[in-house]
Amino acid sequence: MTWDWGAVADFMPSFWDGLLLTLQILALGSLISFALGLVWALLMRTPTRWVRWPVGAVTEFIRNTPLLVQLFFFFYVLPEWGLTWPALTTGICAIGLHYSTYTMQVYRAGIEAVPAGQWEAATALNLPVTRTWRVVILPQAIRRVVPALGNYVIAMLKDTPILMTITVMEMLGEARLFAQQNFQFTEPLTVIGVAFILIAYPASLLVRALERRLVS
Amino acid sequence: MTSGLWELVLNGIWVTVQLLVLSGLVATAVAFGVGVARTHRLWIVRFLAGVYTEVFRGTSALIMIFWVFFVLPVAFGWQLVPLWAGTLALGLTYGAYGAEIVRGALNSVDPAQREGGIALSFTPWQRMRLILLPQAVPEMIPSFTNLLVELLKGTALVSVMGMGDLAFSANLVRLALQESTEIYTYVLLIYFVIAFLLTRGMRGLERKLKAGVGKPVGRTADQELHRPETTGVGAGGSFS
Repeated sequence: MTWDWGAVADFMPSFWDGLLLTLQILALGSLISFALGLVWALLMRTPTRWVRWPVGAVTEFIRNTPLLVQLFFFFYVLPEWGLTWPALTTGICAIGLHYSTYTMQVYRAGIEAVPAGQWEAATALNLPVTRTWRVVILPQAIRRVVPALGNYVIAMLKDTPILMTITVMEMLGEARLFAQQNFQFTEPLTVIGVAFILIAYPASLLVRALERRLVS
Repeated sequence: MTSGLWELVLNGIWVTVQLLVLSGLVATAVAFGVGVARTHRLWIVRFLAGVYTEVFRGTSALIMIFWVFFVLPVAFGWQLVPLWAGTLALGLTYGAYGAEIVRGALNSVDPAQREGGIALSFTPWQRMRLILLPQAVPEMIPSFTNLLVELLKGTALVSVMGMGDLAFSANLVRLALQESTEIYTYVLLIYFVIAFLLTRGMRGLERKLKAGVGKPVGRTADQELHRPETTGVGAGGSFS
């Protein structure tokens, strides 16, 4: 086994480009999944069955099928429908949509964990529905779900390499390009693997600390 | 679609199922081995098991697949058959998530049960086999179901390496037909059906195992918020 530090040094410039793009995808993907997940969760609480049933079916479907195939679906099918999006936009939207079906479950659990007395108090004070949600329920629910959402941000981080398959040059894309140009696979792949651990492990410690502070 | 293309898709399903079963077995073995090691009384065993979990959960599954396919042959001189390389990468990665599930479930067994075993002067191995695991395993089933569905979705990643699984055959069919909507809709539906069957099967297993130790099926909202993270790529175990 030979380890070439020169290759690591050569890889560094493209590594930073890849890291930057990975973090951008992560930030935008998280925003989409947080917002869309809340929308799904609220729609699932509407009294009409005709809203709940399709939303439930669609999100269940998205959650149980591979992100990779969904990515290909959007990448190849959207142009057939006359929508030509850049690969990066397609990727961010696909990741955001996929993970929104997970954050939706988190919000649902958070909303259900708000004590029934809070609902009853809002009713007793004659608060309108939107105000009940905005002032009473959501602030308490969201406080509870922050650590669980953090877990999904870390999960999303580790799904960003999939975007390589639709030509987005995030970390794995850069590593593969470098490997193919220089015939050195060990160094770039190990460097990005270590980079993922160095980001994900402290992040998961942070989430655990948040959990201890916010939930207990 | 012509019958030849359907045959391609059927072959893809078969490869996906093989990969799912094999890597599922590896992942289960790793999960129990590492998970039990994380409750060992020697700190060095706990530490090594912890390092394993963090390394394999910390990296992305796709990076592990690349590593097994490209680095392993160069570094150690092993060139694995694609099916085994995929099985190894997926089994080791998802096994690390499974280890957290096993650890969490073992920790959630009432401490009095362990103390009872000590009072009866059971050996540690007897306590694990006769007291802790029979009570912990039913608790693991819902999380393991999620993990299995994640593993199923993870199998699609090996198509990047040119392994002829379902996602890969979908791509071939797309190239042949020059028409993507139809084939990708079918393939997504096929994955969903496999996932649905898995979930149903595991629910039956859970009911059977929980009946064996006299426990109700299902979980509360609070457990839902604190369940161990089992998305294919997730991290930050927050159980126990």
